[in-house]
Amino acid sequence: MPAIKSVNDFVVKFANVNGSGSASANEMFARSILRMGVPVTSRNIFPSNIQGLPTWYEVRVSGHGWLGRRGGVDLMAAMNPQTWDKDVASIDAGGYLFYDSSRAVPPSKFRDDINILRMPLTEICNATYHDPRQRQLFKNIIYIGALAQLLGIEAEVLEKLIGEQYKGKDALIAPNHQALRMGYDHARDNLANVCSLKIERANEVGERIFVSGNDAAGLGCVYGGATVAAWYPITPSTSVAEAFGKHCRKYRVDAETGKNKFAIVQSEDEISAIGTVIGASWNGARAFTATSGPGISLMQEFLGLAYFAEIPAVIIDVQRGGPSTGMPTRTQQADLLTCAYASHGDTKHVLLLPEDPRELFEFCAQSFDLAERLQTPVFVLEDLDIGMNDWLCEPFKWDDSRVYDRGKVMTAEELEAGKTFGRYLDVDGDAIPYRTLPGTHPTKGAYFTRGSSRDRFAKYSEEGPVYQDNMQRLLRKFDTARSLVPAPVITHAKPEGRTKCGVIYFGSTAPAVREALATLKADGVELDTMRLRAFPFPEAVTDFINAYDQVFLVEQNRDAQMRSLLVNECGIDPARFVSVLHFDGTPITARFIIGAIAERLSLSSKEAAE
Amino acid sequence: MTYIAKPKLRHPGIAVNRLGFTHRDYEGSISTLCAGCGHDSISFAIIQACFELNIEPHRVAKLSGIGCSSKTPDYLLGQSHGFNSVHGRMPSVLTGANLANRDLLYLGVSGDGDSASIGLGQFVHCVRRGVNMVYITENNGVYGLTKGQFSATADKGSKSKAGGFNADSPLDLVSMALMVGATFVGRSFSGDKPQMVPLIMAAMSHPGPAFIDIVSPCVAFNNHAGSTKAYDFVRAHNEAVNRLDIMEPREAIKVEYAPGTTEEVALHDGSTLKLAKLAADYDPFDKIGAMNYLQSRAAEGELVTGLIYMDSAPKDMHANLNTVAAPLNRLSEKELCPGSKGLDSFNASHR
Repeated sequence: MPAIKSVNDFVVKFANVNGSGSASANEMFARSILRMGVPVTSRNIFPSNIQGLPTWYEVRVSGHGWLGRRGGVDLMAAMNPQTWDKDVASIDAGGYLFYDSSRAVPPSKFRDDINILRMPLTEICNATYHDPRQRQLFKNIIYIGALAQLLGIEAEVLEKLIGEQYKGKDALIAPNHQALRMGYDHARDNLANVCSLKIERANEVGERIFVSGNDAAGLGCVYGGATVAAWYPITPSTSVAEAFGKHCRKYRVDAETGKNKFAIVQSEDEISAIGTVIGASWNGARAFTATSGPGISLMQEFLGLAYFAEIPAVIIDVQRGGPSTGMPTRTQQADLLTCAYASHGDTKHVLLLPEDPRELFEFCAQSFDLAERLQTPVFVLEDLDIGMNDWLCEPFKWDDSRVYDRGKVMTAEELEAGKTFGRYLDVDGDAIPYRTLPGTHPTKGAYFTRGSSRDRFAKYSEEGPVYQDNMQRLLRKFDTARSLVPAPVITHAKPEGRTKCGVIYFGSTAPAVREALATLKADGVELDTMRLRAFPFPEAVTDFINAYDQVFLVEQNRDAQMRSLLVNECGIDPARFVSVLHFDGTPITARFIIGAIAERLSLSSKEAAE
Repeated sequence: MTYIAKPKLRHPGIAVNRLGFTHRDYEGSISTLCAGCGHDSISFAIIQACFELNIEPHRVAKLSGIGCSSKTPDYLLGQSHGFNSVHGRMPSVLTGANLANRDLLYLGVSGDGDSASIGLGQFVHCVRRGVNMVYITENNGVYGLTKGQFSATADKGSKSKAGGFNADSPLDLVSMALMVGATFVGRSFSGDKPQMVPLIMAAMSHPGPAFIDIVSPCVAFNNHAGSTKAYDFVRAHNEAVNRLDIMEPREAIKVEYAPGTTEEVALHDGSTLKLAKLAADYDPFDKIGAMNYLQSRAAEGELVTGLIYMDSAPKDMHANLNTVAAPLNRLSEKELCPGSKGLDSFNASHR
């Protein structure tokens, strides 16, 4: 019997039933490995369902620190009979199957190239607990205890985590400890020396934190000074609004009065949500909404208004599989074009493309500065992979000397001093006009905001030249945005000179690309890279692309949307791009990227030889 | 409508309110609506109400959607910020504006197409959320700008100018506003200024979601025989349940009303509302009674006008959300950003 032997480098997958309480136990398992100083990355694979359908939790243990999804499974904890066949089939040869052996499973349901770890979980639970709910919940803790023993995770680490999790509900600590020990002891007594996957203490985690993107986004909005949030529930963005509320309750309640320095409205739909954001921003509050693709579709008309009437707005789009309901609980990067050009008529919008929860926190905070500086909607485009999974990332930092950029708002004093106010007048040459807030001055600075054409002094006009003048200025304003948005991150493989080909990537694809490049480098293939972080594209983007014969463009959508955007906006020959497209709803893997690049490069070298 | 610019000259004896403003200070741009349009009378009533209440024009934010009615905020309160937003979506924009700064007076002006058709959802949700505002619909039962199609408030059986027959049931925004929690509900008629002005004043003094439906015949497309929103029809079927008079601490506004029992109600801004009962059995503080009365009179083909319902102790959205007294748009960075210290505890709890 072959048996995979590995220390600090393997994939454990849990197959569970949605709503069975497995999620928190599984997360505790992942955290316990982090506490052992070994990096992990975890991914929830879940259905659009509350209870009953299959759900999986995948933990990749990587002492090297690779945080993308790896693909493949070394140890499967098969807790869901519904998906047994598929789960057993997905185990790598030599891998391990851990299952509940309380009921007999026919021999034909196993494979002979994998190692079977049997544990009568239900029997143990039924013998110990009488309440059905307890039987279910403690079963999760018992199997975590067993796996900890099998993999060499210290029981004390898990006990400490349980203590932290149930702090304040102390009565729950002892029974959970007991369940954990029950699993641990059973594995020690019955499954000794059968598992060669091991966790060994290391020091590879450092100061890093384990956090989900949506939690980070909510916190970023608090730090960015958002006071108004309007949203409509939609997976996978709901937890952004919930996180904002949670962090506000911690940081934004006035200690003296108990009153809130924030307002959260659960709107009747996404149209109303963006309308409320626009109304609040028009009136000088920092406001945002969080949504996903279908919500972006509903917001289109309002987004055109905000663009044309020049009203700040922050939209956090947690992308999921589209079109339509598509794959609502799976990840994609497929809203690029619909956001970049949202609404009818000629429109363009600022997009920010964070790579992980840390950058998402940063970009959410920064998005309010950009929206108010540019007086336009700003989209923060994250995705389900970043948003709903815990990622290991650098701790969040805040520079206390940082000052919000509230943009060009003319004050009562400036108006009183006789400063000329033209709402759509380009005074500074950057195409960004000044605005006034309602209620500022008794006789000066009032104007009428509308989505209809108007002149530089906000007076209604349907004159062609007046309309064109305004539209051209909006285009120049977008040019100004180019220099304000986050620059791309460019890396060179060699200290001097360039590689023949380059790689472009963005967003949640980052960890898989990094791992793929390291593997390719070990095989002698070196590639310079550019990670896009925003649209409109700074000049460095075009320069990078033009410096290479061919550029691999890695995206998680079917239609190579970023390629369209680059071709369209930078005037680049589409033939320069080789698209690497992954869009089955699972997060892209290094293996997939390596395969695509290696295939293309060997073809190229053959072509070159011919 | 007029295309002649308003003369800058003003009568030396023009009335001045407590703030030293004249009517002219509450006016806006020249109306581009049709001559005789009821909407212009409503604009004038709003101007008069603001003048009488001594409201600083710049402390009002006027918002609208799209349509003839939604154009009117441009024709009043030229010193106020205005926002002509998206068709049917003014309520959400107004909600956001109100969240940002609770200290201004929010005036939403809409129409029957804007509020009862495309924007029905936003209308009811804005009201049920308790947004402190004065929401006026200028209701003519017809789409004017697109040349005379029926709107959702057109009565069943009414005839369009082009000869069309409306077979669909009408939506009654007044009943709807009552049902979803408006704490001030009135109805009036653009041809009845003595009724409109104090009603708008009372709504402006009300610290909660105030809704007034004003039937405003469309002289171009809905003022013919067979229309139930025509001047003649409304005059013949208008049943006012009461007449209002707002007593400011300083002076009373003269309004004409038939004699009857009167009731005085203290308003939140210190003024007093004098209510003259015209229908003996009508109590505007009884919500269920008001709903019943509306339905029974509507069945008789009568249009109930006046102050239909008022909650004397309303709660608004900010109370529900427990927001601080200061406007959210004035909170400083120091009050909003937890700084690096806040992150220390966040980071520590995620290891």
